[in-house]
Amino acid sequence: MFSPEVLSNLIIFVPTIFAFFLIFADTKATEFMRVWTLVGTAITFALSVALLGTYTPADGGIQQVVAKEWISSWNIYYRIGYDGISLTLVVLTGFVFMVSMLASWGIEKHVKGYLILFLILETGVMGVFFALDFFLFYVFWEVMLLPMYFLIGIWGGPRREYAAIKFFLYTLFGGVLMLIAMLMYFFASASMTGNGIGSFNLLDLAKWAAQGNVFSPGLQVAGFILLFIGFAIKVPTFPFHTWLPDAHVEAPTPISMILAGVLLKLGGYGIIRVAYPLCPYGAQYASYALVAIGVVSIVYGAFAALAQTDFKRMVAYSSVSHMGYVLVGIAVWKISEVTGAAEGRDYWLMGMSGAMFQMIAHGVSSPGMFFCVGVIYDRVHHRDLNQFGGLTGLMPRYSGMAAVIFFAGLGLPGLCGFIGEVFVVLSAWNYSKTLAIVSASGVILTAGYILWALQRVYLGPEYKGPHPEAITPMTSREQAIGWALIVPCFALGVYPNFVFDYTDKPMAKLVRSLDDGYQNTPKPHSELQTTQK
Amino acid sequence: MHDIGSLVVHMLDETTKTSVRLFAPELVLSGTIVVMLLCRILPVVWRVPTQWIALAGAFSAFALTLCQFDSLVGGAARAESFFTGLLMFDQFSTFFRMFLSLFLILTITLTVLTGIPDREDGPDFYTLLIGATIGLMIMASANHLLMLFIGVEMTSVPSYAMVGFLKGRKKSSEAALKYVVYGAGAAGVMLYGISLLAGLTGTGSLPEMAERLSMIVAQGKGISDPTNRTIVLASLMVLVGLAFKLSVFPFHFWCPDAFEGAAAEVAGFLSVASKAGAFALLVRFGLAFSGHSKEVSSIAFALGIGLGVLGAATATFGNLSAYGQSNMKRLLAYSTIAHAGYMLMSVSALMVLRFSKYAGAEADAASLSCIEGLMYYLFVYLFMNLGAFAIVALIRNQIFSEELDDYNGLGTQCPVLCFGMTICVFSLIGLPPMGGFFAKFAIFYSVFKATSVHWVMWFVLGAGAINTVFSLFYYIRILKAMYIKPRPEGARKVNYDLMPVGLFVLMICLPVLGLGLFPARFTETFHHVASVLLTGR
Repeated sequence: MFSPEVLSNLIIFVPTIFAFFLIFADTKATEFMRVWTLVGTAITFALSVALLGTYTPADGGIQQVVAKEWISSWNIYYRIGYDGISLTLVVLTGFVFMVSMLASWGIEKHVKGYLILFLILETGVMGVFFALDFFLFYVFWEVMLLPMYFLIGIWGGPRREYAAIKFFLYTLFGGVLMLIAMLMYFFASASMTGNGIGSFNLLDLAKWAAQGNVFSPGLQVAGFILLFIGFAIKVPTFPFHTWLPDAHVEAPTPISMILAGVLLKLGGYGIIRVAYPLCPYGAQYASYALVAIGVVSIVYGAFAALAQTDFKRMVAYSSVSHMGYVLVGIAVWKISEVTGAAEGRDYWLMGMSGAMFQMIAHGVSSPGMFFCVGVIYDRVHHRDLNQFGGLTGLMPRYSGMAAVIFFAGLGLPGLCGFIGEVFVVLSAWNYSKTLAIVSASGVILTAGYILWALQRVYLGPEYKGPHPEAITPMTSREQAIGWALIVPCFALGVYPNFVFDYTDKPMAKLVRSLDDGYQNTPKPHSELQTTQK
Repeated sequence: MHDIGSLVVHMLDETTKTSVRLFAPELVLSGTIVVMLLCRILPVVWRVPTQWIALAGAFSAFALTLCQFDSLVGGAARAESFFTGLLMFDQFSTFFRMFLSLFLILTITLTVLTGIPDREDGPDFYTLLIGATIGLMIMASANHLLMLFIGVEMTSVPSYAMVGFLKGRKKSSEAALKYVVYGAGAAGVMLYGISLLAGLTGTGSLPEMAERLSMIVAQGKGISDPTNRTIVLASLMVLVGLAFKLSVFPFHFWCPDAFEGAAAEVAGFLSVASKAGAFALLVRFGLAFSGHSKEVSSIAFALGIGLGVLGAATATFGNLSAYGQSNMKRLLAYSTIAHAGYMLMSVSALMVLRFSKYAGAEADAASLSCIEGLMYYLFVYLFMNLGAFAIVALIRNQIFSEELDDYNGLGTQCPVLCFGMTICVFSLIGLPPMGGFFAKFAIFYSVFKATSVHWVMWFVLGAGAINTVFSLFYYIRILKAMYIKPRPEGARKVNYDLMPVGLFVLMICLPVLGLGLFPARFTETFHHVASVLLTGR
């Protein structure tokens, strides 16, 4: 129906168009506005699935690039396009937003404002996944801040102001670091563009980085540190994770679902799409630290989750733990100390693919977990893990669904969480046996906190908390959301090629070009001597 | 050798044939003042509302400057000095005159909407306002040390009166007095600096200054030579006067008090227009050091580094002090100080790049982007800061308060005003897709380029980046009050007739968004203006 170029533009801007028309809606027509927004998100999701059909997996490169001059004197382009990596995340975004919109029916306060911000947020996220111009990437990245601040700040829980400003502050700080890195690369690429201005084109910058002689090692290390902190805040990894539990706990359920399902993936995506390709030398230079940070995140997040008594906080820390696998998978890039060549590059590729799969899987299971918390919170208005129990008898269908979703988060074979974790831990073994063992222990800890939570909430003889009279079976809308989240949990777990079909080729290409970039970059003198010895 | 007679004839000739034509916008504004004052005397025409006369004058001045700018950019007119070299007519000055008359239009419209001043005071107020604007326009086109001083004073004196315009309010009079005392001190120091410079060089003309300086400067002796020391001292004294106008740390103390005492409309005028005029003058004064002498360049280079450090200090101080404020006008005053700091960074980058040892084609291109960034920043700043002050004034008319706490829960009561404030605040923080982001980006870029010349600029860049995060704290408090806090029980109900006020707010705030989304057209124009200023082409 539409050409792929038009489709990708539509996916970005359909939510904004729907938001624009909401301005003229009557404030009291809440039901109409909700349906309207749901239609908007559903159309966006449908379009993203349609875009999947136009993609040629056999070719691993970026496809259907649209480039329109935006600010010519600065070489800034409106440049969008996609490959398997961004496309799978685009589909995930469309899906999570649609499901979250279904979960937003319970929002009663200022419905119009909520829905407008919700749709603008979707545009921001989609834009980041499509953007191939660093400047455009940054613009979309920061566009998300405004709606997110208000969504947490107005519709959140009791400590919402604190959580919202904390989220804003962390992300803005990361954004400023990214801005400086952006300027560094813009400045350094001036000699390559032909007109002496510099470039924001992520594809070109990555190409020059792979050539190795354009960006000096010092620039790559400094740039990587700045970019990594910027993205690590979003992932979030230890020690930049402290905004996450607050934001999650205070945000309303649908926003928590989006935050966990999509926004955290932006950090991982940024590392894969920007930080690594632009600074291969810096990334390899820091690889041990990165893997270590990832492993610490896994274990620390899991221990923290074990210690929580608030159901939602526990799920929030589980996100920290699960996203740690993503970082470990990306970072296990081993260089032989003897030859200087990559050692076990296929393992690294496996780790990368695992990280990518983990992002998608977590993007399904984690909104599911937050949804489960939301369902029970809506009824009994508390989240104290020690004051639940016996829900299986009172809400059997809900408990069944929750069990499946939590097991998916736990990484039970056959469900979506398993594949990513296994790939990552296996590839980590090649990198460092110690770190692999520690990260594998994270799997056990995960099982520990999830099973313990299930036991305290759903099992047991009777419900111990307040408002027992309010516990009613799931509504049909809630059931629809539950099913929508369970189906991909199974589908991805049984047939992971839904993701791998799209991501394998681009990942292989990425790994190859990163390796080239590292090998081609002239090493600082001291290191050359050590390798020669 | 000319005799006196032919000299007079020549001067008359120049004045009538070119100077008056080029000076037409200022003359129109002066004429407006005369007409307004006449209207007051003559009972017959006293019926004509003063604000419409003022508005008509502002519009014609804007149209004239627009035509001048158009013919300059189109190549129909060429840059030249006029009034025997006292003033300069080029792209740069004409842009600022256009900018100032546009701002005058918007401010007068705002005063019409808010009803300050009342009918009785109208002529006085608009006379002061237009008079100050003429002074600013002279600052923007000053080509001579004398005009520099006259411009600054012509702006300052009406400003003092405007700050104290809310008669009978103790705060207002106190603010005006503080402003006068401080202003007089700064003007005295500046005048001393000017006389030193003029005495040393034997001329007041800015284009000739660099050449004369290179003749008297002692080669290779640095600061230990008395002449060199006097040059540095004199330049610093002139900069003190400008720093006062820019409210740069440590000459900013008047700013919060004056803004708090003045009406929000006047505060908006002071925070935007006088910054624009002063920055135009600062750039021109800085470029007056351009020459071939290494010694003069190194003095200017050192001044540039100093300005960078001052800019960083100003931004940091402004942002940190703003955090504790509970009065909106004081808060915005400190935000004004902080923004002056950011803009000062770009002037610093300009001087560092232009007067570095490695000056060449690349440095020229880089210094060009500094001016481009500064102009873009000022242009966005016009809308975002005026928007913020205008909304403060409009809200004051409803709730009779400018305290931040009284803004609680306004978001649902006057959505258009609060929406406008949101756009302005996000732009002031520097978040995309608002214009403030691109402006900040352009300035950071020029500072980044200057880091390759001198390491101190890294510190300046870092300060700029960190300050963006700092500023979030207090800007977000405004939005938090408006949207997150509930409206207290029994608070005054706010109701707005949407048409004129809402339209005005959107008219100011939507350009902020538009400038962020489509900056290309403007950056190209500014690029052209900057390149004419720096290279004559």
